This record gives sequence, C-alpha cells and structure tokens, in this order.
Amino acid sequence: MIIELGHYALILALATVIVQSILPLVGTIRGDRTLMAVAPAAALAGFLLVLFSFSVLTFAYVVSDFSVGNVWENSHSLKPMIYKITGVWGNHEGSMLLWLLILVFFSALVATFGANLPERLRANVLAVQGFISTAFALFILLTSNPFLRLQPAPAEGQDLNPVLQDIGLAIHPPLLYLGYVGFSVSFSFAIAALIDGRIDAAWARWVRPWTLAAWSFLTAGIAMGSYWAYYELGWGGWWFWDPVENASFIPWLAGTALLHSALVMEKREALKIWTVLLAILTFSMSLLGTFLVRSGVLTSVHAFATDPTRGVFILAILVFFIGGALSLFAFRAATLKAGGLFAPISREGALVLNNLILTTAAATVLTGTLYPLVLEALTGEKISVGPPFFNLTFGLLMLPLLLAVPFGPLLAWKRGDVLAAGQRLFAAAGIGLVFAAVVLYIQNGGPVLAYFGLAIGFYMIAGAITDLWLRAGIGKVARTVAVRRFIGLPGSAFGTALAHIGIGVTVIGVIAVTAFETEHVVEMKPGMQVEAGGYTLTFDGMRRGQGPNYSEESGHFTVARGGVIVTDVWSSKRLYSARRMPTTEAGIRTFGLSQLYVSLGDAMADGGIVVRVWWKPMILCIWIGTLIMMAGGIVSLCDRRLRVGAPQKLRKVKPALEAAE
Amino acid sequence: MTRKQKRLAVIGGGIAFLVAAVLLVMFAFSQSIAYFYVPGDLTKANVPPGTRIRLGGLVEAGTVKRGEGSTITFTVTDTLATVPVTYTGILPDLFREGQGVVAEGAFGTDGLFLADTVLAKHDETYMPKDVADRLKAQGVELSGKETIK
Repeated sequence: MIIELGHYALILALATVIVQSILPLVGTIRGDRTLMAVAPAAALAGFLLVLFSFSVLTFAYVVSDFSVGNVWENSHSLKPMIYKITGVWGNHEGSMLLWLLILVFFSALVATFGANLPERLRANVLAVQGFISTAFALFILLTSNPFLRLQPAPAEGQDLNPVLQDIGLAIHPPLLYLGYVGFSVSFSFAIAALIDGRIDAAWARWVRPWTLAAWSFLTAGIAMGSYWAYYELGWGGWWFWDPVENASFIPWLAGTALLHSALVMEKREALKIWTVLLAILTFSMSLLGTFLVRSGVLTSVHAFATDPTRGVFILAILVFFIGGALSLFAFRAATLKAGGLFAPISREGALVLNNLILTTAAATVLTGTLYPLVLEALTGEKISVGPPFFNLTFGLLMLPLLLAVPFGPLLAWKRGDVLAAGQRLFAAAGIGLVFAAVVLYIQNGGPVLAYFGLAIGFYMIAGAITDLWLRAGIGKVARTVAVRRFIGLPGSAFGTALAHIGIGVTVIGVIAVTAFETEHVVEMKPGMQVEAGGYTLTFDGMRRGQGPNYSEESGHFTVARGGVIVTDVWSSKRLYSARRMPTTEAGIRTFGLSQLYVSLGDAMADGGIVVRVWWKPMILCIWIGTLIMMAGGIVSLCDRRLRVGAPQKLRKVKPALEAAE
Repeated sequence: MTRKQKRLAVIGGGIAFLVAAVLLVMFAFSQSIAYFYVPGDLTKANVPPGTRIRLGGLVEAGTVKRGEGSTITFTVTDTLATVPVTYTGILPDLFREGQGVVAEGAFGTDGLFLADTVLAKHDETYMPKDVADRLKAQGVELSGKETIK
C-alpha cells in the first residue's frame, strides 16, 4: 500500500510541476500576478511530493520489500543497512529519482530564497525549472519506474553490484547530482533573462551564488568519485579519462568558466551574452553527461542497465532543452545590450583568457569522449581514445592557464599592468623554483618536466597568497592595520585565493604521483619482502574470512622502515555470494600525504600469490586540493556582498572597509 | 589602442588560440587512437608491429598459462582465428577462461601480442560491448549469460 502511495505521489508531483511550468509563464505574458505567484507554491509542493516518493522507495529498501522489482534487483536482505539505503540510488531507476529530487529541491530553494527576486524573473525561472522537472518526471514514470511490483514476490533479492557496496556510493552520487543539477538554476536564470529580454548586473549577482554552490558540490562529487575509484577498484589509478568521468568533468570545466564570466558581468556589466550562453552550455553538458551515463551508449559501472527506449527518451529531452535554449538564444541574444569596455590586458581580459582556455579544454574533452561514439554510429568503425590523447591535449591547454591564474587577481579592472603584476609575482615564482629545487634535492633525479610542474604548483600557491598579502598591505602599513585589513578582506577574496591554492595543491599531487610513483608486481610467498618508497613490506600469509554477504581471502603484510616495524596492512579479495562476483579490496596505508597501496592478484599453483605494490608519493594532495577548492567556493558563497540587499548593511556597520578594498 | 583595435586584439587572440587547440587535438588523435580488432580481422587488416590496438574476443578455454613471476599468456579467440597474448601484471578480478576480454597493446616483431592493459569489466554478466557486437557479427552464438545486460 505504502509503495502505491509513493507511486501516486510521484504522479501528483508530475501534475504539480506541469502546473509550475505553464501557469507562471502565462502569468508573465499576461502580467497576471496571481498566476505568477503560483510558481513558488507549486515548486514547494512538487518538492514535498517527490521527497515523499523518494522516502517511500527508501523505506522499501530498508524493509527489503522484494515485491518491488527495483528492490529485488538491487538489494539483499543480508546487506548491511547503510548499503540498503545507498542502494536506493545504486541503480538506474533510483538514481533518476534522486536526480529529480535534487532538481525539485533546487526549485524549492529558489522559491524560498528568491523572495527578493523581481516577480517576473522568479516566475520565469521557476517555470523553466518546472519544464525540466516535467521532462524528468515523465522519463521516470514512463521508462524507469522504480515502483513497479513483482507478482509473486521473490523471497530473496539479487544484491547490489559489490563494487557499489561502499561508503563512497553513499556520498559520491548525491554530491555529483547536487552539482550537475544545481547548474539547472543558472540555466533557468539564463532562459528567464532571454524570455524577458533583460539582463543586468543584478542578474549576475543572483546567478553567481547558485553557480558557486553547484560548482562546489560538483568539485566535491568528482573528487569523491575519483578517490572511490582509487581505493575500491584496486587498480591504483585515480583518474582514467573514462567517458563517464569525462561526462562529469566537462560540466565542471564549463561551470568553472561560468563562475568567472559571471564575475565580470556582476562587476563590470561586460560579457553579458557570453555569460548567458555559458550558463546554457554548462547545464547542457550536465544533460549530455546524464544522457551518456544513463542511456547505455557507454558501458561502464555507471550504466546499470540499458534499454533503448530510455536512451531515445533522454536524447529527446536533450534535444528539446539544448536545441530550444540555443534557438531562444539565437533569437533573443541581440536584445541584450553589450556592456562595459575593457583593455585586453585587464582583470576582465584575464577572465576572458580563463574562459577561452576552460571552454576550449571542455570542448577538447568532449571531442575525445564523443568521437568514438560518433565514428561508430557513422562508419561502424570501433576505436578508443585513451588517456594519451587527453593527457596531451588537456595538459598542454592547462599550462598557460595555470601560469596565468595568479596574474588574474593582481590585474586592475578595465586596464591592468601586466609588468607590475609580474613584478609582484616575482617572489611567488622564486618560491616555486626554490621548492621544486628542494624536492629535486630530496628525490635526487627524475624527469625535468616534473620539477617544472611542481614549480608551477608551488608558484600558484604562493601567487594566491601574494594577492591576499598585497591587499592587506602587509609590510607596507603598520601591523595592526594590516591585520585589520586582512580580516576585513571580503569573503570572495579569500574564496578566490583558496580555490587557486587548491588547484596548486592538486597540481603538486598529480605531478608527484605521475612522476615519482613506483610500482612492483611480484609473486610472493610467506616471508618474502618487497621494497616501496623506502618501506619494506613482508608478506606474512593469507587468512580466510567471512563477511555478512561475502567471503574473503586476505593477505597480511608487515611494513617496516629501516628495520623497525611501523605498521601492518591487510589486502583482500572478496567473493560476493549472491552475484558470485569477486572484488579487490586494496590495502592502503597513509604516511603523511603519501600512500602505500597493496592489491592482491591470483594465487599461484605453488602457494605464492601475485602482489602489486605501489608507492604513491603526495597522492593525498590531489584530493586535499579539491577540498580546498570546494572550501574556497563555500567561503566565497558566505561573502555578504553576494547576497542581494546585504551590501548597504555592511557599509553601515564597517565604513572602514571601503578604504581597504 | 582604439576601441576597434582592442576588440580585434581580443578576437584575434581568441581565434589564434582556438586554431592552435584544434591542431593540437588533431595531432593528439593521430598519435593516440587505438583501433579495435577481433582476431578474425587481423589477417586482413595487417597491423604493423608497434601500433597500439585493442584486441577483443573470448579467452580461449585452457590457454591461460602463468610464466615467470607475474607474466601470463593466454589466447584470445573469436572462433575464426586466435591470437596469443602476453601480459605482465595483475589480471582484473573478472578475467576468466571463456569470458569476453579486451587487451590493449601492440604486436611485437615476433608476432606475439604484448598487452599492457587487460580489461574485463565491472559486472559478471558484462561483456565488453565491442566484443559482443563483433562476435555477433561473426555469427558466434552467445549464451544468455554473456550478452550485454
């Protein structure tokens, strides 16, 4: 009964979002305030209905109600409770329901926090959100309904794919979706602006926090997915340029560009048309990502099941929204007036460069991802575009961007002085080189390019700090003044610096692991030793174990350094009974920012076992850097100036701040 | 600079950058695309030694042999032809005789296929799509267990 209620709530939600998409639009055309006022109410109602529906599905998983086909296919009564819950979105139907839930959640947020939006803009934005929600609610109900019953109900479920039975699954998809779907708000704002034919700095000021929030979530989601793949798959890699990874990375690149162009628009009223286009493109890339992952054109761990009708349906959604948005853009973009002028060398110019490189990089990754699919569809020829392609193109494109990042904040708006900025960055460049030299001294050799890369990473960190340093006037004014100025710096200044420091940290991690990691594949018998990163691993033997829904064989290793035992590590292979599926559970030990990574291979006839041991120097920097980037996004989000209406208040409280800026 | 010159500088710089990026992408494609073959194609295709390809097919039953240390040899078949493969490293969890596999690497001058990556992906009922399509095209009957889910 409760299942049917959930199903019914989803159908009601569909009706609600249809109302949300049509009535407010009619209202803005007719200038009818009552109709416009329907939007927020419908958005809230839609959110509550989908939330109820999602809770019902979760309940079905919790009580292992195998009469629901979706639960039977993806759950097992012996599965630990946490994986029963996360299993809700560990399959196609459930994850689409989560997608919809997050979409209507964002609509509800706009409805709640958008009270200070102009009436027409809010109605239009919510109507566009309503259209997207309608498309996805229809998609779920028509092709991917998670509430369908089985008759008769089976006694036991088929269990969830074991690699998905991990805490990473609890966090990765929701975060990723919060990012992906969060860009729908920027998209809706862009479409609303085009419908109204009006756009100004205030528009950018409303759009930026949403973009910033979505971007922060997406950053965290991608990082989480990367770390999950790293420790769960047992291959020791943290990024594979897999099409599914690219599907989330392309919107991230576009979103990063959007973040920066919205800044120009907010501060200088320039790049209006470009910002609107970018907002459309960013969400289009999110939709494309959803299509690639959910339609089954790609086969991977993410493609839970393939069904041609689903692919066609999502493709139709894709064509409708991207095609519709771009046509609207083509017709209406001319009505948006171009704004402020600026010299090529200026803060705006730097941000344009940022946009140029990021969008080109996004287009490059998109090309590499889609080319094999398009070629196969056209000629039937099967090719694969692997990491070498992406490393070469993406790496080379990023190089000028990374070098330019510290310059951006140091250049003045309208007309900047690149030489002066260069002089100010002299110390930062010096610090970069010195740190790289220190690493060279410790490592004693290695590829020259790697040291160059490390120097760039350190230079970016130092460059970001230089900006804060100069803004606070450290060394130029009295210490107390400098401290007060530093504290008084706007949140967005700290946000920018943190995000740029984060990139530097990630770059250092990526370069260090790529250049200095060591890998040994050896056949080991108990008592044998292998060296990695200055540590000696001794293989002690194997042990059999039993988990709730799997059996495992674990190898025990003692880790010693300089003859002294430091720690030990277990590495195992599991066999999940319901699906007869083996998985590798790598043994990982962290030393500072570096990790020792041990995974087991096949047992040999003579009693030995193949063991793969990696030393991953500074690998944690990769993810710590992304966390710092995310923190930058959040700090920036807390900036009072981003909140419409707040600036006046700020001025009254702290008049001294004006001088500091 | 006049307003026009400024705009030209920005647009010109942008176009130059885009052209460079397109050339880079084309160069990278020419360097790093790996074509997909099943053993039956190779007699016709004549792949020169050292060219990276992806070789797909089924792991022929009874051919998996472990050599020195972690070196493994096995034969990939599409029932029309077979190709012996050498691989050093740890095979994926789902690598089994009689199951679909994709090996990435190149032929040596001795005609042996030296793989540096072996994929047998994520799901026990999963058959790499490329392999399934090709095998079907060659008339190999797939049991229900092997079809793509």
